[in-house]
Amino acid sequence: MAFESLFVSAFVYLLTAVICVPLAKRLGLSSVLGYLVAGFVIGPFVLGLVGEEGADVMHFAEFGVVLMLFLIGLELRPALLWRLRGPILGLGGAQVGITMVAIGAIGMSFGLGWQVALAVGMALALSSTAIVLQSLQEKNLTKSSGGQSAFSVLLFQDIAVIPMLAVFPMLATLAPAVSNDHRVEEVGPVQDWLAHQPGWMATLLVFAAVIFIILAGKYLFQPILNIVAKTRVRETFVALALLLVIGIALLMSMLGVSPALGTFLAGVVLADSQYRHELEADLEPFKGLLLGVFFISVGASIDFSLIAAKPNLVAALVVGLMVLKAAILFGLGTLTKLLLDQRMLFSLSLAQGGEFAFVLLGFGVAEGVVGGEVAQMLIASVALSMVLTPLVLILEEKVIRPRFGTRESDDREPDPMEEDAPVILAGFGRFGNFVGRLLRSQKIEMTVIDSDPDHVDFLRRIGIKAFYGDVNRHDLLEAAGAYKAKILIITLSNQEDTDSLIETAQKHFPHLKLMVRALERPHQYKTLEAGVDYCIHQHAGSATELGKAALVLLGVRAHRAERVTKAFRKHDLESVRLAAKKTHKDKKAYISHVRERLNDMERQFEEDQQDRQTPIDQAWDTQSVKNDILKK
Amino acid sequence: MEKTLILFTHPALEKSKVHRALKEGVENLEGVTFHDLYEEYPDFYIDVQREQALLLEHSKIIWQHPLYWYSVPALMKEWIDVVLQHGWAYGSDGTVLEGKTVKSVISTGGSEKAYCPQGHNYYPVEEFLRPLERTAVLCRMEYLEPMIFYGAFQLDGDALSSAVDRYRKYLQTS
Ligand SMILES: Cc1cc2nc3c(=O)[nH]c(=O)nc-3n(C[C@H](O)[C@H](O)[C@H](O)COP(=O)(O)O)c2cc1C
Repeated sequence: MAFESLFVSAFVYLLTAVICVPLAKRLGLSSVLGYLVAGFVIGPFVLGLVGEEGADVMHFAEFGVVLMLFLIGLELRPALLWRLRGPILGLGGAQVGITMVAIGAIGMSFGLGWQVALAVGMALALSSTAIVLQSLQEKNLTKSSGGQSAFSVLLFQDIAVIPMLAVFPMLATLAPAVSNDHRVEEVGPVQDWLAHQPGWMATLLVFAAVIFIILAGKYLFQPILNIVAKTRVRETFVALALLLVIGIALLMSMLGVSPALGTFLAGVVLADSQYRHELEADLEPFKGLLLGVFFISVGASIDFSLIAAKPNLVAALVVGLMVLKAAILFGLGTLTKLLLDQRMLFSLSLAQGGEFAFVLLGFGVAEGVVGGEVAQMLIASVALSMVLTPLVLILEEKVIRPRFGTRESDDREPDPMEEDAPVILAGFGRFGNFVGRLLRSQKIEMTVIDSDPDHVDFLRRIGIKAFYGDVNRHDLLEAAGAYKAKILIITLSNQEDTDSLIETAQKHFPHLKLMVRALERPHQYKTLEAGVDYCIHQHAGSATELGKAALVLLGVRAHRAERVTKAFRKHDLESVRLAAKKTHKDKKAYISHVRERLNDMERQFEEDQQDRQTPIDQAWDTQSVKNDILKK
Repeated sequence: MEKTLILFTHPALEKSKVHRALKEGVENLEGVTFHDLYEEYPDFYIDVQREQALLLEHSKIIWQHPLYWYSVPALMKEWIDVVLQHGWAYGSDGTVLEGKTVKSVISTGGSEKAYCPQGHNYYPVEEFLRPLERTAVLCRMEYLEPMIFYGAFQLDGDALSSAVDRYRKYLQTS
């Protein structure tokens, strides 16, 4: 593709996304639908802005799915994944198996040979990971029990593609088509070599790759991430994150394994790492954008001439596919005792065909398993079912769900995927470490975010949940559990970072109580003005403690030193509060005010010197009692 | 010689006359540990273990303080509350203080005459010291007759020096 035409396509894609997605959101629809419609609009049948290269773009944008699975992996600690093994294997296995057989049987009853019918069954049993997860995430339903079940099934499907791709060639009844599908065309030397190896060899290689990823995650990625993080060049870290994912994807596709699965695994391995939140925050925008492009290209790829030619057949296929899949899922949901509303969500969200159907059917045509015309028809139906999914989910949300009384309560059970400590401590340096240690001595759970890899390393070694990252990004805050935390303690050593973190927190997480370390007097004014809940001058505590100790060394009674120091601190804080109110409004007033308070302080100091009575501390004074006695 | 522990509480010694003189008169006597609680624990965070160890090392305890509102200064009360723990100082297992003596050495603003039924404090000082007496007894200690310096506001010159002498003599001879 020429440079210019690349820009033109990028422009078209981005423009439609920018127009259609906000529009969809305005109308209360999901962004997925916005993208799909956008694709349909710029596709060959309406505006014709994208044509042949649409398939290329889709292939490229599938990388968004790969990224998404990496990110999902990052949220799934190995322990959690292990806990989900039941639903993944049981529920997922049952869904794929039953759906495959049912669709195959129907296909045979319509006169397809058993091989073709089985191949079609496999392709259509799978759902769209991209659409389902994106939609659920958008509606905040990923953690509902229905959402969790859907996720387990999708995960199983991702795994199931591997053996499906492997058996497809064995189902061939036709002569292999002279392929014009790009994906299968580009056969590299490795694939070529692989194709001539016995089955067990391929299996062995897949296992080796899996073990490689697990080991590399622990012993290779982690140290590299460490080194790059230390350079503190943000874009290098982003580059590394992308490199990791692309590298794994390449390796996996070379071995004929779903790249999404490989990156998912890498994600799981890195889920315990301190860089997890940073990786998440860095890759999230890429994922979002690529998925968007992917959805657009799905929309653009729908072949309307085919649909127009046989509208009834296509309609029957789409409706039949969705009803059948939903019915099977509903049955499984009943067996696993999902509540009615969750069962609805579970069965309707997974009722479509998915992007794997495109791959499998394309591959099937190439291998002579499925006839070109059948495949075309099915691909169109699958694409349509994908477009319908967001609509069905809206229907579910607006019409079906309100009719059922068994809603899952809003305060969902604590979610194991996210951090849920009541305290987030931003900055664990010279200052924050005191705060952190004090809280920890009281067994208070906290999540620490720090931008120094050495700090983070150390904290993790002593068992504190610490993450590397730029605290100023709200996505990272979110990942650190900002929605569940009660307080955010900001002890950064940099003023700009502190200010922007306050702003971010107030904007996105207004429920958080903010406690802030101010770096100097004017900063303290500013911070107080911003309306934080607590703010202390970074030196107020230690400096006055030293002053107090000096007083004692100079012979002042310790208890008196204690009290005058307290009085001083209180006075100081009052003057800061007063000044803060004036600061930004009137610079001049501020200056004269400072002078005034200074005089005030001087006066207090003078009075403090006079005699033994001080206006600051009249406690235990007996002078007036004596005067009283003398009067008698 | 048996050792004496003076537990001294005065929140504002810089404003004091009587207790400053008393303190200077006795703090360096042999066999006397002068323990200035407001100086040691200006923030009221008392080191209980240290206090208990000190008690164990001495057989004669003195509670020295001005009378404030017919009672002890706040830190003295805090000391009683946190140091005299159940199971250590009292209770069926709390026997470590058994046999020690406790004596109050106090100053009052009111004169001796004020501390009788005709005076405005009505009761003799000993009545106001009942809580301290019972505290000592509950801890299996003997509560000795208190040493009281009345009329602290008027206690100057010779009267004050003889008060200091009385206190010194008591510590040296008992
Ligand atoms: C807060 C306070 C409460 C007092 N309450 C009493 C009291 O109840 N009865 C009394 O006779 N004198 C009372 N006084 C007077 C003190 O006992 C007197 O000031 C002290 O004994 C003088 O000793 P000093 O010079 O070492 O401070 C009180 C004094 C203060 C400051």
